[in-house]
Order: sequence, then C-alpha cells, then structure tokens
Amino acid sequence: MAGGSRTPMNPDHPLPGHSSAGRLERVLRAGRFAVTAELNPPDSADPREAYERALVLAEVCDAINATDASGANTHMSSLGICALLTNAGYAPVMQISCRDRNRIAIQGDVLGAAALGVSNILCLTGDGVQAGDQPGAKPVFDLDGISLLETIRIMRDEGRFLSGRKLTVRPQVFLGAAANPFAPPYDYRPLRLATKVAAGAQFVQTQYCFDVPRLERYMDQVRDRGLHERCFILVGVGPLASARAARWIRSNVPGVHIPDPVIARLEHAEKPKLEGKQICIELIQQIREIKGIAGVHLMAYRQEELVSEIIGESGVLDDRHPQSHHKRSHKVQNIRTAT
Amino acid sequence: MYAVRQWSVRNARGLEWLYSKFAATLLRLHPLFERVGYGRLEAPVASLERRLKGFMFDCHMCGQCALRATGMSCPMNCPKSLRNGPCGGVRPDGHCEVEPAMRCVWVEAWNGARRMREGDIISDIHNPVDHRLGETSSWLRVTREQSLAVETDSDWTG
Amino acid sequence: MNAVMTSDAVHSSGKLEAVLRQGHFAVTAETSPPDAADPTVVLDRVAPLKGVADAVNVTDGAGARAHMSAIACAAILAREGYQPVLQFTARDRNRLALQGDLVGAGALGIHNILCLFGDDPRSGDQPDAMPVFDLDTAGILSTAKGLRKGAYPGGRRVSPPPALFIGAADAPRPLDDNWKPDGLRAKIDAGADFFQTQYCFDMDVLRAYMARLGDEGITERAFFLIGIGPIASAKSARYMNENLFGVHIPELLVKRLESAKDQRAEGRAICAELLQELREIDGVSGAHLMAPKQEASIAQVIEESGVLAAR
Repeated sequence: MAGGSRTPMNPDHPLPGHSSAGRLERVLRAGRFAVTAELNPPDSADPREAYERALVLAEVCDAINATDASGANTHMSSLGICALLTNAGYAPVMQISCRDRNRIAIQGDVLGAAALGVSNILCLTGDGVQAGDQPGAKPVFDLDGISLLETIRIMRDEGRFLSGRKLTVRPQVFLGAAANPFAPPYDYRPLRLATKVAAGAQFVQTQYCFDVPRLERYMDQVRDRGLHERCFILVGVGPLASARAARWIRSNVPGVHIPDPVIARLEHAEKPKLEGKQICIELIQQIREIKGIAGVHLMAYRQEELVSEIIGESGVLDDRHPQSHHKRSHKVQNIRTAT
Repeated sequence: MYAVRQWSVRNARGLEWLYSKFAATLLRLHPLFERVGYGRLEAPVASLERRLKGFMFDCHMCGQCALRATGMSCPMNCPKSLRNGPCGGVRPDGHCEVEPAMRCVWVEAWNGARRMREGDIISDIHNPVDHRLGETSSWLRVTREQSLAVETDSDWTG
Repeated sequence: MNAVMTSDAVHSSGKLEAVLRQGHFAVTAETSPPDAADPTVVLDRVAPLKGVADAVNVTDGAGARAHMSAIACAAILAREGYQPVLQFTARDRNRLALQGDLVGAGALGIHNILCLFGDDPRSGDQPDAMPVFDLDTAGILSTAKGLRKGAYPGGRRVSPPPALFIGAADAPRPLDDNWKPDGLRAKIDAGADFFQTQYCFDMDVLRAYMARLGDEGITERAFFLIGIGPIASAKSARYMNENLFGVHIPELLVKRLESAKDQRAEGRAICAELLQELREIDGVSGAHLMAPKQEASIAQVIEESGVLAAR
C-alpha cells in the first residue's frame, strides 16, 4: 500500500504535518507536556520480562525508550525490545547508537523498526566500549550522531538509501537526538543542538539534569536561536537512591554532572531514597516552568517502580492517561516463549 | 605529538592562513602534477603528508582531511572518530570520556575554530568517513578535484 | 538417508531441528528482506512457502547492500507462524550488537540462526561503509553457543537463555587426497549444529564429498542441507558457472536446459529431480533452496518433488 507502514500497532497514518503515526509526536504537537522513560533492557529470552517492565512505565509514559547496549554493556538489542513492545501495544522509542553497527546495518534496522511499528527513533553517538564489560569489542562509529540523523531523514523524506537506491516504502518516523547541556564545551552546546536540528532532529532527550540554573542558561541561548520552536526538548531526570549511588553515577556514567549540594542533601537525609525521589519531583516541577521545555525523560536505573509515583506526585500529566487506552494484552499471537 | 598538536590548535589562525597559501600553490601546480601523473605522485606525496601532518596534528591519514573545518584539531584522534563532535561524554575538566588523560579533541576544535577567520564551518554537517580513502593523500585529491571543479563535499549522500 | 546423531540434546523448540532429529529429509528455503518499511511486503513474498518449507532463511545484507534488517524481517515472519533461519554476518555488527540481536531473536520466537562471514562492503553499493568484522564466523558461533548456555562473553547471565539451533555455511567441492575437514570441525566445535551449503548441482562431486565427511566423522556431529535451486535458463546456468565461485553446473544439465521448450519449467524439473536424488545420499539431511525473488518457484519445486510426502 502507498505511504504508510500499516501494522497492527499503527492503524493510523500520520496526521498532516506529522512525520509519524505515533503518539509521542501527537502529544508534543498538541502542546502537551510529554513524559518518556527508559526501560531497563532484559537479559532474557522470555518476552514476558520485557512486557512486565514496560507495564510499570506505560501508565505514565507517552513513549518508552528501549536502550541499546547502554554503557557498552550488552542486553537484548533495542530493535529486539521494540519488536516485542509494538506487538503488545506499547509505544517505544528505538535507540540507535553509532558504536556497534555500520551504516549498512543501521539503515537496515531503521527499515525493520518502521515495519514493526516503531514510530520514534533516537539517534545517539554512544558510550565508548571501555565503559562496559567487554572492552575488547571493536568500536564501529561508522556514522556519528549527526550523520545518523541525516541518514534517517534522507530515508524518510527522500525515500532512498545513502547509496541512492530507492526505498519502495519509506519509514515514517519521528526523529530524535540526545543532547547534553551539562558537559563541556558549554558555550558550544546550543550550537550543536542547532546542527542536530538542521540534520533532522525533531525532538531531543537530554542527559540527567541536576543543575537547573545551568539548564536555564542553556535554554536562554536555545530560545535566542528559536530552536525550541523547531525541536521538542525533553529534559532527562531521575531519582538518586543515595549519596553513594550519586557518586558512583558521577564517576561512571559519562557526561553526568551532579552538583555537590545535591549529594550533600542525600548525605544528610534520614531516608536517602525518599529524599532522592523528592529531589527528582522538585526538579521536574522546576523544569516544567522553563519556557521552551516540552517534557521530561525519566531514567530511573534500578528504581523503575518509582517512575509512576514520581510522575504522579509531580503533577505534570494534569489529567492525562498516556497509554492506558491500549489493550494491555500479553497474549501475543505466534510468539512462542523460548523453552 | 600531543604537545605539538595542541600548539597547532592555539595557532589555528596562522595555520589557516598558511594552509590557504599552500592549497593555492598546489592548485597552480596542477598542470605539472597532471603531466607527471597523479598516480606516480601518490606514494611520495602521501609519505610527506603523513610525516608533516603526523608531527603537527597527529594525523591518521584518513584521506579526507577536515582540519580546516575542525579548528586544526584532527577528529580522527577522537576515540570515536567523530566527524561531528563532541559527544555527550566530555568530562567536566574538558577531557575525553574514553581517554581521560587526553583533552577532548572537539573541545580543542571549538577553541581553534574560534580563532580562525572561517571558523564557523565547524558547525556545518561533516560527511562520514569513506573507509576506502585511508592512507591516500588528501593534498593530491583535493587539488585534483578542485582543479576539475568537481564537488568534493556533498556527494556522500548519493 | 540421514546419519545417526551422536548428540541427542535438543536445543530449540523449532520445527527444523525436530524434523532433522526425527530423521526426516528437511527442506529449507530463502527469502531476502525488502527495501520497504512495510511488513506486508515481506509476507507477500514468502506466502507461497507457508506450510511448504520447514524453515525460511532470511539473508543479512546480502551482497553488502542495505535492506530491511534480517532480525526485523525474521520477527515479522515469526509473528505470522513461519520458522525463520536468521542469518548473521560479521561484516556490519560488532560483538555487542550481535549479542543483543541473538538475545532478541530468542525472545521473538526465532529458533534458528546461520552464522556467516559476509561480503566485503566494496562488493556492494555502499563501498564507503566501514567493514566491522569484530568477530569471525567461529566467534559468532561460539558467542551463540555461550548465550545458549546462559551467559554473555563477559560472564553476565541470560535467563532464560535463547534456545537456538545454530548453523554455519559450507561448500561441497572436489577434494584432494590430503584434505582434512579442519574448518568444519572448528565450526562444529565452536557451536554449529547444522550446515547449509552453497549451490551444489553436481551429484557425483557431492557424493564423494559427503562420503569423505562420513569417513571423518563429521556427518555424525552435524546435519547437512545441500544448496540447490531452480535454474532459470541455460544462459543463467552458464553465467553461474563463470561468475559464482565454487558453483559448477554439469554440462549435461546445461544441455537439457538449452534444448528444452520451456527452460524455466525444465529448470524446476531438474531441481525436483535433484531433490529426490539428494534424499538418497548418505550424510545428506536435507536441501536448502535458493533462488532470488522466486519463492513461488521454490514452493512449486518442493511440491513437485514429493520429498515431503514421505513424512
């Protein structure tokens, strides 16, 4: 059929002016404050693992990110997770990192994802292999985050591969990129966002924000350039379980900046876990007030059960119920559990 | 060498001027190159290029030199060989996520670009590497292509 | 006639393995993923094979050209009740990506994988791509075997593990006297349970090859499915002889095609006859039918040969 990739999960074609038929784009373009969250990728060949983890997040999320060997540690691949999630009615964001696949594989995964009903793709450069438990792996980086955006934009808007060969059905995807206003060179980051938007980014999800003033300075420049009107910015947030966890993240997760006062607050708290959750809620509420911010992206590593509470208590959803209208059917036809 | 390539970034403006004179000279020599034969020149010129740029920039001879657009900081020194950097993993002190002892190649690039006349091209979208061009001479390729007025930059997307 | 397997452990719950271990002659076919972001294109292509082939291979960036990725195509097939054989090449993905896709395959109902090296990017239409080749074929095989046992190479557990039936490629050919099957042995040790071969139309060469493998104990340790296909015409037969390394279509068959009124039909008839002949060769456990974009032809050949009727 012409135009759309009609699958059971995307019965609609994209609305006019939309790139995808997905719910995240609809929510953002309708001007609502969006919520996305990261799924903890399974190390399991039982599809129910993935479904159970998605269920926890789906009630408050407009889309769920399926990471891809984040931190250079392997799990089920993003495409694999997305194939499971779309089949069960969830709306994933597929993450593509440039670290592990060359341009031939990446273009193939984009087509495959779209055919499986994926509407959102997040383009990342990817952490170095040294960060993970197989540091001997060969880093690919055939493309980088920006040429990856261009590549997918070309496939979607020009209907061809990089080689020039035509696609018979184009992938109708909403394109995103990662952004990190909290790593040097600070002055350059708004310009880098502009380059990403020029390359095709329609939304960005940022690294963890624990420093609202720095975010505000970044957003000043972003608004000066009018980028907030061309790109939906979702700010990364997450609950810190303790001062120790915060210090660990600071040392081990590339690009995360946690100011000392935040760590001190956790250190002096009677119940650090509760304090960490509270800090997250406060951050979300402050971030929401900044002009030009379109939503938040929850990354609650090992505390995914808190996501629902945090979003609920922060009040950002108003009276919305993101994915509850999807039939939550885990009885999926034809996918047999590995035994 | 690390210290020398940092010197090069600090003197990006001077090198920008020097390179533009050098490139113009090469262009004028194109008829001579054609007579001798670009094929025959490849080995000696590539060797010279490798030594000179290796010393000044820690050049990796990718065959598609981007120094002019990256503030005289070679992007192939980036462990992720990013042609559009930096990544989001830059350390607070401006050092590399993958090699903590090293200044981020793209932080350096940004500093160098700020010094240059045409430093703005750093925020253009740069092509991914064509892996067939490794170990070939950029000087000769650019000279030949510009002489023949063939587009060098935008054709990677087909 | 199929060899006796020394290992009786069943690795997957897939049909292909079950058919082979029951001693039946298995038939697999092949499909190539399309250049479309649309699952119906995939399903329309393979429809003739539904209920006909025991499993359907999904190629991975064949000819070093980008198409829909094999795992996505295989997931679409699995959703619709097909039994894919998911091909993995070492060319485009490093070990992290391969492991991620292997775990994904397990969860998506993909029971069979085929581990290949892959054509160099220069042979395709994206010659500027980086050739990855982080692992070689043995590396992919042992990674898959390790995952099946429940662990990533770094040691972290995968639970439950992907239950995969693991394959590799081979090419039957004339052998000299001092040939040893070291390569095959290495692949089996690394994890190969079955082999699908490159085209082999010369039954004499094949008999000799399989006899040698039998002597060396190889056919006791792995199943062999021989590659054949319906040849479209005498011209394409000659083309294959000249251009496909390792493929030899005997002159007798080429002449048959030349003198046929309907060359295409003759090609199918030849293929059906070869299928019947393959069933009688010691050490051969099945056939793997390949013909680019001719899934309907393949289905026809399988039916005409009657090889499945004996079950």
